[in-house]
This record gives sequence, C-alpha cells and structure tokens, in this order.
Amino acid sequence: MLRRTLLASAAGIAMSGAMLGGVALADGHDPVKVGFVFVGPIGDGGWTYEHNKGRLAVEAEFGDAVETVFVESVPEGPDAERVMTQMALEGADLIFTTSFGYMDPTINVAANFPDVSFEHATGYKQADNVSVYSARFYEGRAVQGHIAGQITESNIIGYIASFPIPEVIRGINAAYIHALEVNPDVEFKIIWAYTWFDPAKEAEAAAVLIEQGADVILQHTDSTAPQAAAAAANDAGATIYTFGQASDMPEFAPLPRVSSIIDDWAPYYIARTQAIIDGTWESTSTWDGIGPGMVGIGEISDAIPAEVKASAEDMIARLASGEYHAFTGPINKQDGSVWLAEGETASDYGDDGLAGMAFYVEGLTAEIPQ
Amino acid sequence: MFGSIDPLLLLASLMVAATPIMLAAIGELVVERSGVLNLGVEGMMITGSIVGFIAAITTGSPWLGFIAAAFGGAAMAFLFGILTQFLMSNQVATGLALTLFGLGLAALMGQGYLGVKAPSFPDWHIPLLGDIPVIGPIVFQHDPMVYVGLAIVAGVWWFLKKTRAGLVLRAVGENHEAAHALGYHVVRTRLLAIMFGGACAGLGGAYLSIVRVPTYADGLTAGAGWIALAIVVFASWKPGRLLLGAYLFGGVTVLQLNLQAAGLPLLDVLPWILGLIAALILIGGVVVSRGLSRHLVRIVATFLGFAILVLGYRALGWSFNDQLWLSASPYIATIIVLVIISAGGAPGSLGKTFHASR
Repeated sequence: MLRRTLLASAAGIAMSGAMLGGVALADGHDPVKVGFVFVGPIGDGGWTYEHNKGRLAVEAEFGDAVETVFVESVPEGPDAERVMTQMALEGADLIFTTSFGYMDPTINVAANFPDVSFEHATGYKQADNVSVYSARFYEGRAVQGHIAGQITESNIIGYIASFPIPEVIRGINAAYIHALEVNPDVEFKIIWAYTWFDPAKEAEAAAVLIEQGADVILQHTDSTAPQAAAAAANDAGATIYTFGQASDMPEFAPLPRVSSIIDDWAPYYIARTQAIIDGTWESTSTWDGIGPGMVGIGEISDAIPAEVKASAEDMIARLASGEYHAFTGPINKQDGSVWLAEGETASDYGDDGLAGMAFYVEGLTAEIPQ
Repeated sequence: MFGSIDPLLLLASLMVAATPIMLAAIGELVVERSGVLNLGVEGMMITGSIVGFIAAITTGSPWLGFIAAAFGGAAMAFLFGILTQFLMSNQVATGLALTLFGLGLAALMGQGYLGVKAPSFPDWHIPLLGDIPVIGPIVFQHDPMVYVGLAIVAGVWWFLKKTRAGLVLRAVGENHEAAHALGYHVVRTRLLAIMFGGACAGLGGAYLSIVRVPTYADGLTAGAGWIALAIVVFASWKPGRLLLGAYLFGGVTVLQLNLQAAGLPLLDVLPWILGLIAALILIGGVVVSRGLSRHLVRIVATFLGFAILVLGYRALGWSFNDQLWLSASPYIATIIVLVIISAGGAPGSLGKTFHASR
C-alpha cells in the first residue's frame, strides 16, 4: 500500500511539474525575469499567440539581460493564483497576466509580493504594484461592423461572444452600431460560448450561425476554428465572411477571412520591461487603440468590393487620427433611454463609461446573460 | 415554436456533434469492462487528433488520417498498458499523467500545423435512403465517420453480449482472480482492451481535427475526453445507453448554441423538450418491453415532473441563466440517471491492480 501511495504522489509531483512546464528555476535577480500567465495555449493562433509574440519580442530586444518564463492554458480562477505565486517565488520581477479573469487573482497575489510588479491585461483594478493595460479593440470592431454591414446579403450577422464582460459587450455594440449605420436592415445573432478557447465549440457555434442564415461571422473567441468552419461551408458552395481575431489568421485569407483585428503587445511589453531595468516602473493604466498601434487592422482582402474597402480604410484613418470616436452620439441604450446625445462621445470611465459597459445599444434584440 | 431553428438541421448536427465523444466513450467502455480505469482519454484523443491530422495533410487522404489516428491513440494506450499492467503503476495517476503527456506531445507535434486546413471529407448522400423526406437529411446525409462510429458501438454491443471473447473480457473485468484461476490471460486481455480504447479515442480526436473543426489547434479537444468518461458512467457500462448518453451530451451542446442564435429563452422551450423526451421514452419503452413496467412509468413521470417544475418556475418570473444551466444539464442528467436506475453496475475489478502472483 505504501508503495502505491509513493507511486501516486510521485506521479502527482511529476504532473504539477509538467503543468509548470514553462517555468524555469531561478537562482537570483540577474538577469531581470519576466513572467507571463496565458489563458490559452501559445499555439491558439489568436489571443495567446499574439501575447507570446510580445514575449518573444522582449527576448529579442534584451537578449541575455532578460529571462522570460510563461505558463500556458492557466484556468481563470484559484489555479491562476497558484501559478502567479509560483512565478513570484521563483524570482520573477515583472509578471504579465493576460486575461480578464485573472483580475482578482492578480490583485490577491500582488498583495503578497510588494516587490514584484504585476501587469494585468484588460482589467480595471489597480494597486501600487499592479498596472492595467488593454487595447481599444472596439475601434477594430467598429471597422468590422462597417465592413460586415455592407457585405452581408442575408442581413444576418453572427457573433460568437465569449463571456458577458464589458470588453466583449463593447465589441458587440461597436460592431452593431457601425453595421446598422451602413445597413438599416441588419440583424445580429449572438452566441455566448462561455469560453475563450474551445475550437470544437467555436466551430459548432459558427456552423449553427450559418445554419440560421448568417453570412458574416464575427468572433470574440481565440481560435481559428470559426474560420475553418466557414471555409468548409464555402467549399460546400456558401459564401461566408469572417474576420481574424487578435491575430491576422492569414491562412484563411482572402476568403472567408476578409480583414482582422491584430493585437500588437510587443512595444508595450518592451517598454515595461525597460522600466523595470531602469527602476522607473510604476503603476499605470494604459488603454491604446489604432492610433498608437496597439490595435492593428489586418490587410483587407480583395474578396470585398473596392468601395467597401476604401470606406473602411478611410474609417481606420479617422479612428487613428482621433478625428472620429467609435462611440459618437446619438446613441440610445437598448431600453430606449439616451446614452449619448448628438455629437457626444463616450467617456472611458464613470457610470456610463466604456470601461464598465454592461448594456446593449438600441436595436440589439438579444439580452445580456445575467 | 422554434423560431429560426430548423429541427431537421438540429437533429442532423446533433449526430455530428456527438460522434467524437461517442467514439472515445465506446473505447473507454471496453477498457472499463475489462477492469481497467484509464483516465487518459483526453491525452489519447488529442494525440489521435494531431497524428491523424498530420497523416491526412501529408497524404491528402482523410481515411489514412483516421487510420493513423487509431494507431497513434493505440500507441499511447499501449504505453499506459505497459505501465499499469506490467510495471503495476497506479491506474488513476498513470491515466492523469497520460493526459498531460498527450497534451504536451500533441502541442509539440502540432508546431508546424497550426492554422492549416484539413483536406475536405465530403458528406455521403446515401442514394434512395438520403432522399427520404425528414428522416433522410437527419440520418443518411453525413460524413462516413458518423456511420463508422455507430458501427463500432453496434460492434462492441455484439462483441460483449454475443461472443465468447466478450464473455472472457467481462469475466476479467468482474473478477480478475477468478478469471485467472480459470486460465484466462488477464493481462493480455486487458492490454488488448486498453489498445482498442486508445484506438477509439484516437479516432474521436481525429474526427475533431479532420471533420468537425476542421483544423488543428493546441488544446483542440478542450475536455471532450472527460465528457467521454462521464458518458461511460451515465451509460452504466452498457453500449446502448452509451449511444443515448452521447446524443444527450452532444444534443445539449448543439441545442444550446441554436437557442442562443435564435434568441429563444430556454424556459419557453424546455417544458416542450422534456415532454417530448418523456413521450419518446414511453413509446420506446413500451415497444421494447412490450408493456408498461413500473420502472418505465417512474422515468416518464420524472421527466413530466421536471416539465411541470419548469413551467412553475417560469410562471414565477424569476431570472435564469440559460447557457450555464444547459452546460451543466448533461452532468445533472448523469446524476439523475444514476439515481433513477440506482445502477452502480461498475465492473467488479474496476481500477484494481492485478498480479498473477497473488
């Protein structure tokens, strides 16, 4: 019996070792050690893939002066705290936690390690040693909505959403407002997948949306599965358009993928690592969009009409220069009450600000799940 | 009543959605009937999905992909078999380690294959049968692997129920000491069962990467292997019920996505669905057992009771998160089914280590 217990616990230790596969043992504080906690696998082709590209850019920039470690596919919950604690204990100086669900775990762990700097992506809770950073993906979603509204023939646009958090709701609103602007008959069908990354479920969601008449699919989940599902439908004779999410997903261009939102974290990661090296790091809140380059728009393929492409490029330029804000009034909330008056633009924070957005705009027929 | 949902398409996509978990589950059922608990289904599935994907891409033939996936899954299972049957390692720990090993191995092998599209695997439109109205599109217009999966389930049922070898396998699973005393080769039987289980899991994984998704991504199986394990328990180790369980789990996934896309609240639809299931069970039960048993009445009454509960809840107008309840429902159903049939029914030697020296 004792032997069996030993074997079991040995396997258990081997398992936890395997789960922390990306973490190397630290022996001191030179070189600077930067840790990354990823929600999906680095090979997801989307969200985590781009964050990992940012990590590789840090390695390329600093060479031997910086050591990076990462753990992929970390569940959003108590397990994340364990991974972050482990990283901090192993001597990380700076830890990037790259998903909304890591917000509270990051704050909790940061309280225990005042000498370690944390950076949480897409959250809103700051502390002395916790910065927050995010990109204005909604600007990219506005461009997608603008294109989608013009290319749809069924007037039904499918949207694969992940979790009902402000980030995702903002994206749905931005896409809907701009699709409606160019096509008053447009209708959104929204599926909440309750996952960031589950290729089979994402593919099924895309298939269901196509079955129910959608010919444009937007996604706020991280894998390329919806693209592949749309490509399969196109092989069978349909014409379905999709957009790359987080990453360019060029394998699916020119059709079904007609454009994409690309997250470019590399400059930010390099700047923050530099701040650690210089000793100038302090808690900040960063929220950049197309202008500063944190949000990129992938090449718009020739599968869409030239005038649509031109108007989209014009919109990108106006968003980048700050001439146009993606949420410009008049916009009503779903219940008909006024959110933004004529010409008014949405504020970032505050009661009805973008950061905490928890309502649909007027015209969307679905309800946000409780 | 169903808005923009086409019930025919719904039922057709249910069969497709259920196929990978059904394949993995039927393999695990055989393994567990032989008395071995292999929790490494997820690892064998993901290995099968990448091995099959690579083979399908390289050769351009999805069929060769599936064959390679079966061998890949079986190879992983063989590793498990060596460790647990010859080196006497703990089955639970080895199975969990197999899952982690498989996920890592697949991620490594998949490096160069991210975002690549699988060769197309067209649906079969079976002549005549496929043209039957209503039934045709649901049952006879799928890709060939859907039928292969059903054939494997039928084959396993026949093997366990009707053949001498199946009887030996069950005996080994119920009481390995007795089977050994009778002169049956326990370890060899189990090793074969383990490899069959691995091959089936490999096929299930390859179905995801070649047909369902159809591309490879790290973590592609996303828990499908664990659902397969739950289905085996749901089915109380019987192939017929396993088919039902796989369609229930697969059906809930598809239904949930359809209801959302159509913007239909679950509470409006659920009483109808429960009533329909009760009616189907009633008709099916009466046909099979040629009469109304008390057991049958109890099951039907349970479903109708739930339908009434839902109607009552709706009348109260309380809030309800459709998606979360639907996602949880197969697991709740597993528990309810286990209670109703108060089955247990697990093979007697399940998970116990066997050594001939004892």
